[in-house]
Amino acid sequence: MYEQPILQVKHLNKQFGSGCRHCTNAAQANLIKNYCPKCGTIYACRNVSFDVYPGEILGIVGESGSGKSTVMHCLYFDKEVTAGEVYLHDPEFEGLNLLTISSQKKRYVRNHKYGMVYQNPVKGLKMNFSSIGNIAEKLIAAGNRNVTAMQRIGQDLLETVHIPLFRMKEAPGNFSGGMQQRVQIAKALSNQPPILFLDEVTTGLDLSVQAAVIDLIKLIQRELQISMIVVSHDLAVIRMLADRTLVMLNGEVIEQGLTDQILEDPAHSYTQQLVYSML
Amino acid sequence: MNPNQHFAFLDEGSKKEIRRASLKAVAIPGYQVPFASREMPIARGWGTGGLQLTLSLIGKEDVLKVIDQGSDESVNAVSIKKLVQSTTDVELTEQTEAATIIQSRHRIPEIPLTKEQILVLQVPMPEPLRHYEKKEQETKKLHAENEYSGVWLMLFEQIMKFGKTATQADHPVFVNDRYVMAPSPIPRFDNPKLHDSEALILLGAGREKKIYAVPPHTDVASLAFEDYPFTVEDFSGECCHLCGATDVFLDELIDEESGQTIFQCNDTSYCIARLNQQERKEVELADV
Repeated sequence: MYEQPILQVKHLNKQFGSGCRHCTNAAQANLIKNYCPKCGTIYACRNVSFDVYPGEILGIVGESGSGKSTVMHCLYFDKEVTAGEVYLHDPEFEGLNLLTISSQKKRYVRNHKYGMVYQNPVKGLKMNFSSIGNIAEKLIAAGNRNVTAMQRIGQDLLETVHIPLFRMKEAPGNFSGGMQQRVQIAKALSNQPPILFLDEVTTGLDLSVQAAVIDLIKLIQRELQISMIVVSHDLAVIRMLADRTLVMLNGEVIEQGLTDQILEDPAHSYTQQLVYSML
Repeated sequence: MNPNQHFAFLDEGSKKEIRRASLKAVAIPGYQVPFASREMPIARGWGTGGLQLTLSLIGKEDVLKVIDQGSDESVNAVSIKKLVQSTTDVELTEQTEAATIIQSRHRIPEIPLTKEQILVLQVPMPEPLRHYEKKEQETKKLHAENEYSGVWLMLFEQIMKFGKTATQADHPVFVNDRYVMAPSPIPRFDNPKLHDSEALILLGAGREKKIYAVPPHTDVASLAFEDYPFTVEDFSGECCHLCGATDVFLDELIDEESGQTIFQCNDTSYCIARLNQQERKEVELADV
């Protein structure tokens, strides 16, 4: 008996630029990495397909500019895709390509089904609103209208991510980068969405906080059975977190499989280079 | 009336455009319709939105009342009245019941409006989401996607800071189960008057170039959390020191001689009407 994936991504394509006759035909395209020197088009994601299963953490690794974050932004509707299909296994959206539904419905999916932790906390937080307010924003968006309940949930989460409660009414703008990142994680978790996107969550955190954040992510995965997509260029993080891993290069998925398998026995030459470069 | 001036100051093309925007606003309650706000002989931010609505609506048989924060005699109200009268020759009034068009800044009159009347409100800031999102392009998207967590978040932040929602005026309302709307800086006391109103309420923002409307008998709910219900200003135990009214919006004044706090009706024409009525009664009693 096969499990049903909670999120299916099929043939996702994202290009910046209109393309020209030299690059539109993928088979004989003459690209420098993912860039067409003739017309300047960048092919950020090329034919990316994968499934995410309930309660699973899927890792995406690759060098800078390989299209990892673009995949996330496309899935979270921050960027319009060029082509592709995304299916969410959910009674409300069964059989619907999420990329073609109305913007109102997309907003609903974002607010109710997704959580996102951006690489840069400025994108995910309102820096001049209080931290507890930032967490409440997600809860309000998901339909909560009870201040006491939202405050309680917010306090619990801030405690979980080790932010002292006496600072909860302070704006994240006053916090250090690591604390901002943790507020962002608390916000993304607040309404316990079935799918969580984590974009370089541990980058820029000091090691002890990094460990705490990884612990937290592991904990919520185990306790809440939340599916996650974790983007990172740090193989150690991927090794700790991900059950399965995709390796991206120049906008394409070059290798995918169990994380252990990829790290122990990389098949593609780029993955080999990546794994052997690990300190 | 100056014979060289066009009726109601604006040319017919402008009036038509403003009326068309008003009609659209009535058709979509609470939705901010953009319009080409004209140069007016008063500065933007001084009621040009309301004035343009009034001028586009007014006809020869209309009776106009203009109030500024409850007062018929404030400079701004008087100047607007003068301008409209010098270009239309319409009758002016201070009595709420007698007016067919009431242009108001920051108050809804105490006397309930009727279906024969139109209330025109002047709006400085029509966008309830502006504090949350600076870009017009983005707020338009948020309205389109029915995404109002920003407005709720502002109320939430007030509760976190002050222990209650701290909007003194311009408390956001939810119109016809669809749009969140800034009711113009009317006190919270006036918010319930928007709900199921008999009169058509038009709101005009001249500087921000927006017109929006609450048609008669539209559902208008003031935003409030489950555990922090919406409340109006509390004047319990106080009454107007002139006419003795209790169930009205009161101004808090300090008597300079005695240094004591006194309360007075904010709606001056309502206060005067009550005083006249009381005097009439006294005279009748004295006659008997």
